[in-house]
Amino acid sequence: MAVTLSTLTERRNLWPWLLLAPLAVYLALFFLVPLAEVAIMSVTEPRPGLANYEKVLTGSLYRKVFLNTFATAALVTVCCLLVGYPLAYLMNATTQRRAMMILLLITMSFWTSFLVRTYAWMVLLGNNGPVIWLLETIGFEDPPGILFTRFSSTLAMVHILAPYMIMNIYSVMQKIDRSLIRSAESMGAYGLSLFRHVYLPLTAPGIANGSVLVFVICLGFYVTPVLLGSPREQMAAGLIGHQIEEFLAFGLGSAMAIVLLVVTLIVLAIYSRRFGLDKLYG
Amino acid sequence: MNPYLQLSGVNKTFGDFTALDRIDLDIEQGEFVTFLGPSGSGKTTTLMIIAGFEDATRGAITIGGHSLAGLAPQERNIGIVFQNYALFPHKTAAENVYFPLQMRGVKKAAGLAKAEEMLDLVGLKGFAHRYPKELSGGQQQRVALARALVFEPDLLLLDEPLGALDKNLREQMQIEIKRIQKRLGVTTIFVTHDQTEAMSMSDRIVVFSDGNIEQAGAPLDIYHRPSTRFVADFIGESNLLDAVVTDAEARVAECPALGSVVFGAEGQPPVVDGQEVALLIRPEHLKLSRDPKEGRMNAKMVIDTIVNYGDNALVIGHRGDTQIRVRVPGADVVILKEGEECHFSWTEDAAFVLDR
Repeated sequence: MAVTLSTLTERRNLWPWLLLAPLAVYLALFFLVPLAEVAIMSVTEPRPGLANYEKVLTGSLYRKVFLNTFATAALVTVCCLLVGYPLAYLMNATTQRRAMMILLLITMSFWTSFLVRTYAWMVLLGNNGPVIWLLETIGFEDPPGILFTRFSSTLAMVHILAPYMIMNIYSVMQKIDRSLIRSAESMGAYGLSLFRHVYLPLTAPGIANGSVLVFVICLGFYVTPVLLGSPREQMAAGLIGHQIEEFLAFGLGSAMAIVLLVVTLIVLAIYSRRFGLDKLYG
Repeated sequence: MNPYLQLSGVNKTFGDFTALDRIDLDIEQGEFVTFLGPSGSGKTTTLMIIAGFEDATRGAITIGGHSLAGLAPQERNIGIVFQNYALFPHKTAAENVYFPLQMRGVKKAAGLAKAEEMLDLVGLKGFAHRYPKELSGGQQQRVALARALVFEPDLLLLDEPLGALDKNLREQMQIEIKRIQKRLGVTTIFVTHDQTEAMSMSDRIVVFSDGNIEQAGAPLDIYHRPSTRFVADFIGESNLLDAVVTDAEARVAECPALGSVVFGAEGQPPVVDGQEVALLIRPEHLKLSRDPKEGRMNAKMVIDTIVNYGDNALVIGHRGDTQIRVRVPGADVVILKEGEECHFSWTEDAAFVLDR
């Protein structure tokens, strides 16, 4: 009896793995294998050894690019939070109908390919675009170029990544039990102290989830910073593309990619220690 | 002297729907009052209006002579225990209890000391640094109670706080809540749909139905002298039989199911000849026997179902078209068989009439 039962459960335990198999094979063939190749290339091209890593970790240009990548990702995350939190709050506070309308507006831009969205920003912010025209009209003589600056790339990245932040915070806000707020009120908590002591801590998981997601995506962002950003303030992904496409420095590019990957994994590991990775997708 | 808490003419409508009709209620200082009624009867709405989370459409509420009109929930100094406890998950037990003091500007050291004192009182010594998720349902309940009491509220409101607990824990918490309430002497309103809870804990029960107060009174008063059919049915079990008063002076009614019945219970409402009434006899006031009992009123019935509870049993039978329910002591049930005919008997003072 005991034997049959245990084989049954064992067999049942195989099921999830069987269901996962196609995906696992796919990932192995098209992701892990190429990734391994990249890792190998980083220590063999052009000559075997750790010269590429030495260059990446000590060269001042590369250090500057990595620092810039982090700073940009942090800035974008903070901006997304500042834009996203009030919007999520509004969605949660307003009627169901209005919340659905706002949600539709947010997801509509989400459905548009971000290449299209990036080009749209180029048109808007370009020298002949409406923003410059507006600045000139209200009296700016010879307004500064906005396109191809840190400002334009940050603005576009915030636009593209804000939905991740909003959805994460909104879903947490929606689950907050109204009686928690009522009970805080009955105990004498008003507006700001209610927010600081109760509401903000209760929404902290949403803030953490959204921030990590935005930050990590931003670390590896390629198209938007390359097309909209300042060439003097490159981000890591752009520089990797540069190395490979223009200088054919496969080894150096690979080494940078590996360093970026490791840094991203470290961020996720710290987060998962603190909040649990399962919450990120839950 | 004015009552401590006074609700006068409190009315609440949502569009066309009348949630509360006209609630008039006086509660004395230190009293433990239970709002009892089925869901949707208006008891929780009344509680939320007192707490300040809902506005009454009409009517006034005063505590200690002061009107609550225009006061936000924050300004009312009322402690509330919610159905799901509503503990802050990001705060420890002590921090939760400290919270209302913190909002009143009490310094952290003094406030946390007071919080731990309160946790001791509710029987949670040594649990101060646990988070809510590390506590059992009963322990969370105690933290919520401590938190609602620590700032010495003018009034304590409990919104079905025992609903989520299992039976044993529930009985234990009933006794605990009663003990703490007595010790602190805080005026308390307890909302429940559980009549045994209401019976065992309250100084006074207020029975709600369809946005009205059906009856308010001491538990035994309500049990023995219900003023409406609804109350008789909702509180305890009952045999309610249609009857017509034939002799108001001699207190005799003609009942199609039982024949001529003398209704001799104390405190019955006045009746007139020819009045249509409902005759109430509680199941535990009926006795079953093989032969008619001398000195009691007797009738025959056929036993349909016997439900055993161990210490007692509920016997459901019928006489003609009328269902009869009898509570018998557990020891007596062995001689009874389903399908058999037997006699049931009662005394004159067990029969009570109320308006049909």
